[in-house]
Amino acid sequence: MATAGEKGIGRLFVIAVPYLWLLVLFLVPFLIVLKISLSQDVIAQPPYAPLLDLSQGWAGFVDFLSQLNFDNYVYVLDWNNEFLDAYGSSLIIAAVSTVLLLLVGYPIAYAMARAPRTLQPTLLMLVILPFWTSFLIRVYAWIGILSQDGLLNQALQALGLIDAPLEILNTDLAVYIGIVYSYLPFMVLPLYAALEKLDGTLLEAAEDLGCPPMRAFWLVTFPLSLPGVAAGCLLCFIPAVGEFVIPDLLGGSDTLMIGKSLWTEFTVNRSWTASSAVAVLLLIVLVVPIVIYQNIQARQLEAGK
Amino acid sequence: MSKSLSWFNVTALVLGFAFLYIPILLLVIYSFNASRLVTIWGGFSTQWYGALLENEQLLDAAWVTLRVAFLSSLVATVLGTMAALALTRYGRFFGRSLFSGMTYAPLVMPEVITGLSLLLLFVAIGLERGFWTITLAHITFTMCFVAVVVQSRLVTFDRSLEEAALDLGCPPFKTFFIITLPLILPAVVSGFMLAFTLSMDDLVIASFTTGPGATTLPMRIYSQVRMGVTPEINAICTVMIGIVTVVVVFASIMTKRQEAQRKRDEQAAAAH
Repeated sequence: MATAGEKGIGRLFVIAVPYLWLLVLFLVPFLIVLKISLSQDVIAQPPYAPLLDLSQGWAGFVDFLSQLNFDNYVYVLDWNNEFLDAYGSSLIIAAVSTVLLLLVGYPIAYAMARAPRTLQPTLLMLVILPFWTSFLIRVYAWIGILSQDGLLNQALQALGLIDAPLEILNTDLAVYIGIVYSYLPFMVLPLYAALEKLDGTLLEAAEDLGCPPMRAFWLVTFPLSLPGVAAGCLLCFIPAVGEFVIPDLLGGSDTLMIGKSLWTEFTVNRSWTASSAVAVLLLIVLVVPIVIYQNIQARQLEAGK
Repeated sequence: MSKSLSWFNVTALVLGFAFLYIPILLLVIYSFNASRLVTIWGGFSTQWYGALLENEQLLDAAWVTLRVAFLSSLVATVLGTMAALALTRYGRFFGRSLFSGMTYAPLVMPEVITGLSLLLLFVAIGLERGFWTITLAHITFTMCFVAVVVQSRLVTFDRSLEEAALDLGCPPFKTFFIITLPLILPAVVSGFMLAFTLSMDDLVIASFTTGPGATTLPMRIYSQVRMGVTPEINAICTVMIGIVTVVVVFASIMTKRQEAQRKRDEQAAAAH
């Protein structure tokens, strides 16, 4: 047997290194965002005040607390500044996209799980492969397809289905197409994982007892796939709310999404304090789905699949 | 399963894969377009690939991206594997739920938040922004993906071999390297590859955390795309798609072969 001491040091090392890393580079940055969101813009480097001056000890800390202010939140939550609209429309776009993803992804995952065993690894790889290719490239590919003189309009006109080109690029429709396209593997994979584990004898039993296939699907298959549905939906919904690249490249100037607003506030208006407030509020909106997702993930991974 | 559903399944698969692959295919085809206009076919040409080799800004960006991706995914693989071990092997420890929360949250965290918060950290501690800050940022968000991939392998892992080694007096450190690591290696390798591609792919976090002098390929592509679609971008995209496809297909064949070898070994061992 290994001595307790050896095991203790090794154990401590394996836990402490990634733990400290995440504390310093994941948790502390959020606290800094929170702090800066409560600061005022100043023309200096870094462009915010107050700074926490620890060298002055407790007095410095009290001084720091007394200078905190909520002006940035007042600014972001002002109806005239479009941030509230952006939060609302991000949530709607993400929710609608998630439903669309489920409608598109479920039949694919279902068909994969029902395919012959020998074919399944290949199908799985075909779903994962686009995910390995750059996200930016996959979004970019749609610009050439959806634009006014793009390939989709050319094809539809050649077929005589439309007379004038449709305006799809730079609209919300293009954003939906972009999100559904780029997030599809994230929806299909958890669904497939849930459907693949499904015990076929349950469906046979339902069939033997005279249950029609459609009814058996809703009574047996779908309820048993719900953990996959929940994982897939959260995995798509949460990042989609904060999506920046898709609304920026495919959406129009009137497409409001909060990820884009944050980016603009930061790069164009150069207000670090206001963009921090936007980030804090976005996190507050997302904290419930994120915690649910963490619990699902922890239960799946730690209980053993 | 009843046969009546199979036409439905086949349709779902054909439409699904058509949706996934046609846009990429069109992008590849139009990279060989002789015309400057991306959407009108003007004959076959490889001129845009030649133009790539002369575009020094693009090549510089590609070199920065590869270095960041290699370095960050290497460190992320080590840290992610440690995190996975900590979460599956060490039972309860102080602050465990905070730790597992921090490991899973970055998987879904919107990139704008991660990017902004890391930038503010780097500014607060006075770190000069550039190559190293992008690398630190990439390690942080990719190590969580590695942790999840390795963890899903560790939970289905037969611990009796490890226990046997420990019982026979093999120190834990050595046991890890001669027993555990070889067995979980396929998961560690896919974790590394995932971290590598995520790093190569990242636009938002890199844009926030970079400084003057360090421009990555996605940042370069993004600024060109904003000015309009050109066959040259199609060409660089095609090169990247080609590399990724070759690597992924090669890796999956390797894993399959290893898996088959392992099964044969196990059967042979059982027969004795």
